[in-house]
Amino acid sequence: MKKIYVPLIGRNFENLRAGDKISLSCVIYTARDRAHQRLAEALKKGKSLPIDLKDAIIYYCGPTPAPKGKVIGSCGPTTSSRMDVFTLLLLKAGLLGMIGKGRRTPEVAQAIKKYKAVYFLTYAGCGALLSKYVTSAKPVAYKDLGPEAIYRLEVKNFPLIVGIDAKGNSVYKERAPK
Amino acid sequence: MRIVSANKIRQVVSDLCVQANLVLRNDVLQQLKRAYLDEAKDAARDILEAMIKNAEIARLEKLAICQDTGMPCVFVEIGENVKISGDIKEAINKGIERGYKEAYLRNSVIADPLTRGTAWYSPAVIHFDFIKGSKIKLTVFPKGFGCENKTRLKMFNPTVPLEEIKRFIIAVVKSAGPDACPPYVVGVGIGGTADYACFLAKKALLRKVHGSKFTVHKLEKELFREINKLNIGPMGLGGKTTCLGVNIETFPTHIAGLPVAVNISCHALRSAGKTI
Repeated sequence: MKKIYVPLIGRNFENLRAGDKISLSCVIYTARDRAHQRLAEALKKGKSLPIDLKDAIIYYCGPTPAPKGKVIGSCGPTTSSRMDVFTLLLLKAGLLGMIGKGRRTPEVAQAIKKYKAVYFLTYAGCGALLSKYVTSAKPVAYKDLGPEAIYRLEVKNFPLIVGIDAKGNSVYKERAPK
Repeated sequence: MRIVSANKIRQVVSDLCVQANLVLRNDVLQQLKRAYLDEAKDAARDILEAMIKNAEIARLEKLAICQDTGMPCVFVEIGENVKISGDIKEAINKGIERGYKEAYLRNSVIADPLTRGTAWYSPAVIHFDFIKGSKIKLTVFPKGFGCENKTRLKMFNPTVPLEEIKRFIIAVVKSAGPDACPPYVVGVGIGGTADYACFLAKKALLRKVHGSKFTVHKLEKELFREINKLNIGPMGLGGKTTCLGVNIETFPTHIAGLPVAVNISCHALRSAGKTI
């Protein structure tokens, strides 16, 4: 596994190719359906955002509560396609990376190419395993949304597969039935 | 007449919520292990290995197998010679709240589907049925919504060739593609009415994966083979393992129709049952 570390200076995900496996150590933010809805509304109205989207990485995740003595509960990815309607706005606002599971619309793939961003996949349905790579977790915005709040996570060697690279190539494209 | 207290029901439901969410069903785990041995591709094996490891970590460290601890579905089969003292629905929902809080499971249920609101643990979707005898069987099935969202129903003409039904079921799996955490367990309900076919498809997932049911077993086997040729594979990245099993439940239907429902489960198919 190739290891990379962010925050990066500039957009260093550009060299990654769909299908590459990497491990990531940096700060990421969780956000799922309703957090996306609120971020998008704020962007449309020109209001300030509770997190800085510039070069940020968003993880489509709503973790379980942390049991006593643990940093976080189970924290796997949720289905990315539900976020597609909001993604263009977020990319335009500077979002650098997304982590989730499953396909994206062609529009999202094009926008990823346009903004030289990246879409990662991580082990789907493996929330207990993935919690091992989270070193700190703190809700930072929309706390009223409970599990859908935005959490700031520090992750160490978080396992990822490049789903859509900065050239817009998708890892799912060549999956023709045998 | 045997009397069972609502308190007892609450306690059992609470325990079943914890068990279902923390301990992966053994039949599912065995199928993941079998798939791991069968896969030729390293990438697919790597993902299946992560799934097996995930189940182990969840069990040993008392963590939820998946952060989506589901919409709780509860199947209650009540013996005709049992009387329940107290409010059984309330007991079930209180049991869910207790179990979910105790095991740090996620509150994923919102009170109003349109206005949404704050997430809570209950209410569960409860299915009641009556059986002979003086026992009660309780089954808790937390259903994740990544896969629940892929549910499909089709009302076929009664004269439809079987091949067309198969094509529909395979098409549903294909349309779920990489999105709903493959490898899947495919629950199919055939017959009854529109609503009952959907119920049967869900109930089919409670049967042991690869369990046999003599009337439809041949169809289960055929679908299993064909679905695993789709090359969706673990996490949708290709491979021989697109489904871990196909379970079909049937029921008599009307002369004018042939309802077929497909309810897909992700690889983390979780349920736990107890007879009291």
